[in-house]
Amino acid sequence: MKFITIDKKNWAKGIEKSRETYRLFGPVKDKNGSFIRDLENDMLPDMSCNDSVLSAKSVLFPQTEKILFTTLDESQKDHHIMKRVPGDSAKRAVLGIRPYDAKAIQLVKLNFDTDDYRDPYWCDAYEATTFVGVGINKPGPFDFSTAAGTGPFSETGLDVLMADLDNAYLAKVLTDKGGAFMTSCGFDTAADEKESQALFDILRKEAEKNISSRIDTDKLKDKTVLELHEAPFWDDIAFSCINCGTCTFVCPTCWCFDIQDEAKQKSASRFRNWDTCMSPLFTKHATGHNPRDSKTQRVRQRFMHKLKYFLDKYDQGIMCVGCGRCVKSCPVNIDIREVCKIMNSYEKKE
Amino acid sequence: MENPYLPYPVRIDDIEIATEDKSLKTFKFVFLDPEDEKKFSYRAGQFAELSIPGVGEIPIGIASSPVEKGFVKFTVFRTGVVTSHLHNMKVGDIMGIRGPLGNWYPWDKLENKNVVIIGGGFAFTTLRSSIIYMLDPANRKKFKNIDVVYGARSPGMLLYREELYEWEKRDDIRMHITVDGTNDPTWKYHKGFVPQIVEQNAPKADADTYAIICGPPIMIKFTQPALTALGYKEHQIIMSLENRMKCGIGMCGRCNIGKELVCKDGPVFTLAQLNKTPKEY
Repeated sequence: MKFITIDKKNWAKGIEKSRETYRLFGPVKDKNGSFIRDLENDMLPDMSCNDSVLSAKSVLFPQTEKILFTTLDESQKDHHIMKRVPGDSAKRAVLGIRPYDAKAIQLVKLNFDTDDYRDPYWCDAYEATTFVGVGINKPGPFDFSTAAGTGPFSETGLDVLMADLDNAYLAKVLTDKGGAFMTSCGFDTAADEKESQALFDILRKEAEKNISSRIDTDKLKDKTVLELHEAPFWDDIAFSCINCGTCTFVCPTCWCFDIQDEAKQKSASRFRNWDTCMSPLFTKHATGHNPRDSKTQRVRQRFMHKLKYFLDKYDQGIMCVGCGRCVKSCPVNIDIREVCKIMNSYEKKE
Repeated sequence: MENPYLPYPVRIDDIEIATEDKSLKTFKFVFLDPEDEKKFSYRAGQFAELSIPGVGEIPIGIASSPVEKGFVKFTVFRTGVVTSHLHNMKVGDIMGIRGPLGNWYPWDKLENKNVVIIGGGFAFTTLRSSIIYMLDPANRKKFKNIDVVYGARSPGMLLYREELYEWEKRDDIRMHITVDGTNDPTWKYHKGFVPQIVEQNAPKADADTYAIICGPPIMIKFTQPALTALGYKEHQIIMSLENRMKCGIGMCGRCNIGKELVCKDGPVFTLAQLNKTPKEY
């Protein structure tokens, strides 16, 4: 069954039923805005919010995650020998994830799942997760996703894509994982395939029409790393930056992390935490030497990573999905669309 | 599937004070499980994360050589939280090692070549590993001439002094040991900074000669012109970089120079490669 109609009256009941198999995550509104949260019993995802303040990356990559532990008590047999925190392989589903956030997870996967190493924490969580997305009927003013390789009804990285039709959801099942989730909810009212796809196409076109902002990335590939790195515009771009790191925290594709140890009495734990390239400590050597000591160097690192290094390394587009969160949240109005324009149009003077 | 964050448990088997100011100590570790030693199969030039539960991890070059079996050795400068803690640990203590990590010196490319090793201060650890590897009877014939220029502030600050003096006596390796200065009237080796000793003693480059350099940034900066003057091309100059690291496996994102990650794509780079990347090291 490719398309399923879900009457909104049955939505809550179906979601409740899926809890027998899945742990649920989804957007929840509070006084600070909408956030992707673990949906505890009786909590329903707020499917109406256009974008959450933070992305859905935290479902696979929590802001703080305990990765290893041991005892320091020398009377214990395995003291000082670190062990993995027992993995949670229980099935989970993210409801109401936006298409650009799902695409972002595919970009982040390039970092955590490589030929040489597999990050077991991220990858195990990824494999256990079903992504149930909902298309964005009315994209906001910051959305430039169509120019960043995704869009309001993009299917990349999703297991189910739903369209919000006021009284009902029309769900397009994209993978077996997605089908299994629909079954667990008891959603089984098949919709006509041809008609449904036509409706999706109309909604997509309508939504895409609402997106007025865009970026051009076509010339980034042909420039050398050094040409862009040594370009004269970085001080101007970084001038107003206060290195607060907000852009990196709200970004769905920022994956950098720190590893820290903690000892409490006789137990030791190792954690990984989100980190930010905006912090001087991110690169500071123990000797005091810092390769990215100035804020211009750090701002340049962020944009070069997103718009050049990543592009060159993976040949899968830029490391940005056009969600616009960093533009919206930046306290000093630094705009990645502007920076991209400057980089893309830069011609080195001979 | 293996967890790349999980260290192999090791026991500190021996601790040796490496320099007269006691700021460096050499730690010898033995794997608790002999199977882990097999898994920790490394080549000269690689590094590992020394992992102290509840304290943290530090990336350190492997000072022992793949031809030395039964243990691994690391020489550590006391400078931050983890290294200070490590300096206070005792023989018999249990901790962890994660690795081996990063790339080794290009041993395949160096076969049948002249190798010039240039080191300064305490950046001599993976170079020691390399020298022991090349001098091993099974390997020596794979290389042509071996020259070593190694310098420190004073005689007591030279690492692995006993070995240096032993190598001095051999005829299959040319040692050029130097110190910035000394009052010791019996000092029989060079006096002067590494770049100057390189210029005066290192062999002139031909197509079959490669230089490996490790040292503080200031030494590297001034050694490069000396090597260029001797005719070394940028692809014949091999360097090992250091940057702040956490994961060591190319994921945490901080050690990059351009799109290259020092931990995974390095730490060994040729000068030709480095000249194409931002100098963020």
